[in-house]
Amino acid sequence: MMKTKIGKFAVYLLVAIAMLALPLVLQSTGSNSWVRIVDMALLYVLLALGLNIVVGYAGLLDLGFIAFFAVGAYLYSLLASPHLTDTFVFMAEMFPNGLHMNFWIVMVIAGCVAGMTGLILGAPVLKLRGDYLAIVTLGFGEIVRIFMLNLDRPINLTNGPKGISNVDAVTVFGHSMSQRLTVEFGGWTYTFESVTLYYYLILFFVMMAIVIAYRLQDSRIGRAWMAIREDEIAAKAMGLNTRNLKLAAFGMSATFGGVSGVLFASFMRGVYPESFILMESVMVVAMVVLGGLGHIPGVILGALLLAGLPELLRHVAGPVTEMTGGRLAPEILRQLLIAMAMVGVMLIRPKGLWPSPEHGKSLAK
Amino acid sequence: MADTILKVANVSKRFGGLQALSDVGIEIQRGQVYGLIGPNGAGKTTFFNVLTGLYTPDSGSFELAGKPYTPKAVHEVARAGIARTFQNIRLFAEMTALENVMVGRHVRTHSGLLGAIFRSGGFKREEKEIAERAQELLDYVGIGKLADYKSRTLSYGDQRRLEIARALATDPQLIALDEPAAGMNATEKLLLRELIDQIRKDNRTILLIEHDVKLVMGLCDRVTVLDYGKQLASGTPAEIQRDPKVIEAYLGTGGT
Repeated sequence: MMKTKIGKFAVYLLVAIAMLALPLVLQSTGSNSWVRIVDMALLYVLLALGLNIVVGYAGLLDLGFIAFFAVGAYLYSLLASPHLTDTFVFMAEMFPNGLHMNFWIVMVIAGCVAGMTGLILGAPVLKLRGDYLAIVTLGFGEIVRIFMLNLDRPINLTNGPKGISNVDAVTVFGHSMSQRLTVEFGGWTYTFESVTLYYYLILFFVMMAIVIAYRLQDSRIGRAWMAIREDEIAAKAMGLNTRNLKLAAFGMSATFGGVSGVLFASFMRGVYPESFILMESVMVVAMVVLGGLGHIPGVILGALLLAGLPELLRHVAGPVTEMTGGRLAPEILRQLLIAMAMVGVMLIRPKGLWPSPEHGKSLAK
Repeated sequence: MADTILKVANVSKRFGGLQALSDVGIEIQRGQVYGLIGPNGAGKTTFFNVLTGLYTPDSGSFELAGKPYTPKAVHEVARAGIARTFQNIRLFAEMTALENVMVGRHVRTHSGLLGAIFRSGGFKREEKEIAERAQELLDYVGIGKLADYKSRTLSYGDQRRLEIARALATDPQLIALDEPAAGMNATEKLLLRELIDQIRKDNRTILLIEHDVKLVMGLCDRVTVLDYGKQLASGTPAEIQRDPKVIEAYLGTGGT
């Protein structure tokens, strides 16, 4: 018993050190692109953990999840960019120094607004089940994106297809994360690239999300969600108010989506409607399903694989394209390989790459 | 004055041209096992569904433990104090046996999302209570050792027991068992009978809807026979067995 505990601790410690060291190793290659890829992958982990609450725990297929991501991203972009003050005279008068709301305040607001959006979208559709729910959520996701795309008229709220740019970077302890940070340690100096700083910021949020996801899973509400997933009729007979519980799942996962949206907007320093297309929602669902529905380590693995794999394939695809004389474009090849990988995984491991263990805690030693 | 748990009077339910229930009334005392039998299509299941809020009755009045009770939404029934099991077992298949019973505690506990995220003292205390009570109930029905197995891996008889433990977890006034012996072999039936006997000894009240006349007659304190939605007879098993109307319904009149 003692031995396994120490072993477990050692594994955690190693993982933690690896996670902290990873961007430093990657940035030492001299290019920021690898760190940037890892940053994006972490953002997808955050999204997948959020969607896992509604799809994995409560068993409701939500194909419009990216809408909540869009809500968070646009909210931060509006509240921390010159867009509103440039467009509206009264805003410029109200905020003569420009509207640069604090990242952490927007984070809280965006979490709440996205959660509320989740409740508002969820309330009318949660009576539907299975495929019907999937189709309606898909529609809602598209509605949100089309709103963002077209709300430049009659009043220019979202700047339409051009999106919003010049969004503020996050400032932590007085240091803007768009700048590289040089630390001096005795006679030794080290420079953290901007993308590396963002890596640590996103990692912090991912860690929080993992803790919250685990805590929700092992709670009265979490068990109720899973009961609804397993058998809604039996859940009702046990006195579970399934409508309210489903709404809670929808709102909770939307909050995760909103928070990742804020991070995304501040990391990209801008938002564009094309970032929130249906394909993104589908990808996040694929991450959750591929990794292992409802099992947190599996979901993380799925997100990292599906977010990282296309980038790795980009390097493989180049030579193949040359070999075929340009007939096989890298973009097409990538999609083909990912699709084939997913079909393969679903055939061989229908419950995902890393599904939840067969037995409860005390048997799973 | 005896302690009446459930009093149902004049319940009627019509589906189009079919009078599924007409003027059915039963009264169950605390600590009784009350049997509801009848041939196929007699209205047993309709009665059960009316009692558990799935169908709204056309007329009738209900009283549960002295309080008026109107079964409106299905999820309010368990809170009011009636827990049920299903004819075709409905467990939460991918959850462990213990978790299944823990879900049963949901209606008697309160912690919400914030408690879960911040792990407040109240939350931890309640979680501990839920887990302990669930384990107690698993031990009570005799499958305490299987707590950590997913419920779909349990044997048929054990799944039945688990369903009963889950129903008990809601602290019910009345436990309604819908054909619990369906599909059981003789040994499993005997064990089930012992379990129901034990539950009765602990002063709990059971409504048993059953096909198996032998089980009902051997176990129940009182029995009501339904036929074509009408209440054919009510009484002790001995009285029912002698009732000519019941004999006619089950065996038919002599041929011509």
